[in-house]
Amino acid sequence: MPGPQPGSTDPSVIRNFCIIAHIDHGKSTLADRMLQVTGVVDDRSMRAQYLDRMDIERERGITIKSQAVRLPFKADDGVEYVLNMIDTPGHVDFTYEVSRSLAACEGAILLVDAAQGIEAQTLANLYLALENDLVIVPVLNKIDLPAAQPEKYAAELARIIGCDPAEVLLTSAKTGLGVREVLERVVETIPAPQGSADGPARAMIFDSVYDTYRGVVTYVRVVDGRIGTRDKVAMMSTGAVHELLEVGVISPEPVVSKGLGVGEVGYLITGVKDVRQSRVGDTITTAQKGATESLGGYRDPKPMVYSGLYPIDGSDYPLLRDALDKLKLNDAALVYEPETSLALGFGFRCGFLGLLHMEIVRERLEREANLDLISTAPNVIYRLVRDDGTEYVVTNPSEFPDHKIAHIFEPIVKATVILPSEFVGTVMELCQQRRGMMLGMDYLSEDRVELRYTLPMAEIVFDFFDALKSKTKGYASLDYELSGEQEADLVKVDILLHGEAVDAFSSIVHRDKAMAYGTMMTAKLKELIPRQQFEVPIQAAIGSRVITRETIRAIRKDVLAKCYGGDISRKRKLLEKQKEGKKRMKMVGRVEVPQEAFIAALSTGDETSKK
Amino acid sequence: MSAREPSTLSLYVHVPFCSSRCGYCDFNTYTATELGGEVRRDTFHEVLAAEVRLAAEQLGTSQQVSTVFIGGGTPTLLGSSGLNFVLGEIRSSFGLVDGAEVTTEANPDSVDQTMLEELRAGGFTRMSFGMQSAAPRVLQVLERTHTPGASVQAAKWAREVGFEHVNLDLIYGTPGESDDDLKASVDIAVSTGIDHLSAYALIVEEGTALSRRIARGQIPAPDDDVCADRYELIDQLMSAAGMPWYEVSNWARPGGQCQHNLAYWRSQDWWGIGPGAHSHIDGTRWWNIKHPAPYAERIRASESASGGHELLTIDDLRVEQVMLGVRLAEGLPVSVVDEAAIAGLVARGLIEQPAPCDGRVQLTLAGRLLADAVIRDLLVG
Repeated sequence: MPGPQPGSTDPSVIRNFCIIAHIDHGKSTLADRMLQVTGVVDDRSMRAQYLDRMDIERERGITIKSQAVRLPFKADDGVEYVLNMIDTPGHVDFTYEVSRSLAACEGAILLVDAAQGIEAQTLANLYLALENDLVIVPVLNKIDLPAAQPEKYAAELARIIGCDPAEVLLTSAKTGLGVREVLERVVETIPAPQGSADGPARAMIFDSVYDTYRGVVTYVRVVDGRIGTRDKVAMMSTGAVHELLEVGVISPEPVVSKGLGVGEVGYLITGVKDVRQSRVGDTITTAQKGATESLGGYRDPKPMVYSGLYPIDGSDYPLLRDALDKLKLNDAALVYEPETSLALGFGFRCGFLGLLHMEIVRERLEREANLDLISTAPNVIYRLVRDDGTEYVVTNPSEFPDHKIAHIFEPIVKATVILPSEFVGTVMELCQQRRGMMLGMDYLSEDRVELRYTLPMAEIVFDFFDALKSKTKGYASLDYELSGEQEADLVKVDILLHGEAVDAFSSIVHRDKAMAYGTMMTAKLKELIPRQQFEVPIQAAIGSRVITRETIRAIRKDVLAKCYGGDISRKRKLLEKQKEGKKRMKMVGRVEVPQEAFIAALSTGDETSKK
Repeated sequence: MSAREPSTLSLYVHVPFCSSRCGYCDFNTYTATELGGEVRRDTFHEVLAAEVRLAAEQLGTSQQVSTVFIGGGTPTLLGSSGLNFVLGEIRSSFGLVDGAEVTTEANPDSVDQTMLEELRAGGFTRMSFGMQSAAPRVLQVLERTHTPGASVQAAKWAREVGFEHVNLDLIYGTPGESDDDLKASVDIAVSTGIDHLSAYALIVEEGTALSRRIARGQIPAPDDDVCADRYELIDQLMSAAGMPWYEVSNWARPGGQCQHNLAYWRSQDWWGIGPGAHSHIDGTRWWNIKHPAPYAERIRASESASGGHELLTIDDLRVEQVMLGVRLAEGLPVSVVDEAAIAGLVARGLIEQPAPCDGRVQLTLAGRLLADAVIRDLLVG
């Protein structure tokens, strides 16, 4: 590699930046183009979305895990710079990870689709970047599209970040137009990293990835001092000490180096096998003459959303357990414990950062372990205060008590919705229905509005995003962040089949919504459960009080009209099939319920937000 | 096959022709257009007679036949001469036991008095007509070509020319049928002097014109609750007419039960002659190839027309015994079923309390409507 070498790069030529963008606004394509413009990947070995490693990322176009690429760049001023491009996850569930990636940078490229304008999550991440004092390079992408409105959206960006519309760069990552100018602007406006080269080493972990062959690969940004190959390193949150097996940079393939100095971004391999031993946000120092003060900002990832995951085929349970154990190595935020459900058999109660995290985990389990899974409706965490003043936390509706509770607190979020102004009325109505409190409203441009609401997180988890998308023809974007908790009048609604509660359908809802939930579930089950030889009441109840009821009438006719010589063989085989089918029935008391009925009842309410 | 104990043997003969296909029908039958020139109807009775001869050779001629049932399709399309020809072959190849029951099915509009006289003279003892309904709008939905009056006339003629046993078939639960339509159908059927009635809830078979019309929403699907009500109505009317049930879908005067069908339900031996016909002899079941053309080719070459077979295990035989026997009013010996299931079925009102010794499992009225569920319970063990 010509130019400055890893481990001995003058901080003054380093520029550390990330790209803040909404999904589909062209971040991966811009990154691809940068790889080509700087020459680290030649045109022959180039492939689309070079940096996205996981199949899911490439297929769904989302970046789940960030990466960092070191790009040598000879700018117009003749200096050979080192650009470290740190990729950030683009979703609300990973706000903490985003914040750590941002903290590793001095600047950020704000990349916005010139045909669509800024989206809520981009705006949220932009605010996060501004809080971290990052220099923003505003870029409009896809200006080659016929629908592009560069003037309108340049004005919008300029207004949001407080710059001149003329400063907004115009690019087409697809064609490569304006990409070099973006890099020139990065070099020009983003400050070089500052740090004490002689001080004790301090490096921040902004990502941690499990690799089957290498163990955990930890991505760091060195702030002070130097980490060398011969050092032992210590994790400052735990004090755990690890050997360093390898140090290097990604450019864009791994390049081993002798160390990493101030301002440099690279990877460390210590031989640990679980990302929990090398956590995002933690500070790494040298074991000897190490730093005494961490860089700060470390936080344990906390699950916010819980759901039961069950194999559709009960015999797959051990496979699911193994797959979760494996996934956990690469996902510090995933928690789970075994759970048994009357309706669904053996499975796991899993905690996730949010809905997307839940969906990604489920998809990876299904794909990588070849499992068919069913998940129960997700729920948030509740804090309960008993009559005697003691407190406890409920992560599963089945733990929700019926009485002796003085106060119930639910998590709330600050939500930002960006939408075309014509839908403002509808969306305000939706937020109102979902127990929202309006915080404010701003016009981003003459026809685009930013709405801010406080909403119970449970409402978001339920189906808020789907409702929002359908009420705005898909034009609204949503972002939210946790903002504490509020006391709420919540009840657990149980669904009873012939008097027996079916655990998978119990739900914690606001008292005003209990009836609606009960009516919806009982009606759905009435459709899905076959008639039995006796009448089966389906009830929704709060505690012992029944709030709504449907009835499956008893079946009166179950007989083949004709059974003559030529029918006998077919009829016997049908009978054998029915006997097999009966084995797959779940018994709820005396009621036979096909597993498919449970799955169908859960699936329809299972559409989580795809952002 | 080795020499057999002389026991009862029944013969079924399948005539795979119809002049037009009814909208609900999925039987193995073909119109002239569907067959094209491949199969000649006018000589088909010779093919059937040839299989009778093959069967006799295989079973040994010591065996006399107790019942013959010619079904279809529309057997009367062979004419009285064709049908009498086949029966003649049975008589000469096997011989008929004294008082043997010989039935043929007939479409009401394909017979006249003369034909019935000829059949009676040829040795037929029982006629079965597909009446389906007395309500023109029901016949229309079923795409039956005959008028309600035709079956009444045919049944009366049959009685007049000396058939002691006459059956009418009804279909109930057809979309558009009212309780009154059904009541009128039963009353009219009874008034013709029949001694046997079969009544079937309309089944929507896949691939029929009826199923397509329902799928397109042109007519509603039959309703199980309505069918249950209609069944109870039929049972009440027939009992009052002196023809109590003897099988789930069959009612008869004492002595009028169809001996041929009882042979099926009692798991006895029968040989099926004709394309697609099933046979059941000594625990082996086989079925002839379905299409009349290759069937006829095989028979003409003196080869077996079998298209497949199964050897029934002890367990299969028991399943069939329960599955068929429980549908009969005479019921089943308690000893052949899972006795643990009996108390529950009695408690639910689906079977009568069996007598303390030599008790039998017999369905109640509610149990008849849920017979398949009862069978599943009885076989759980």
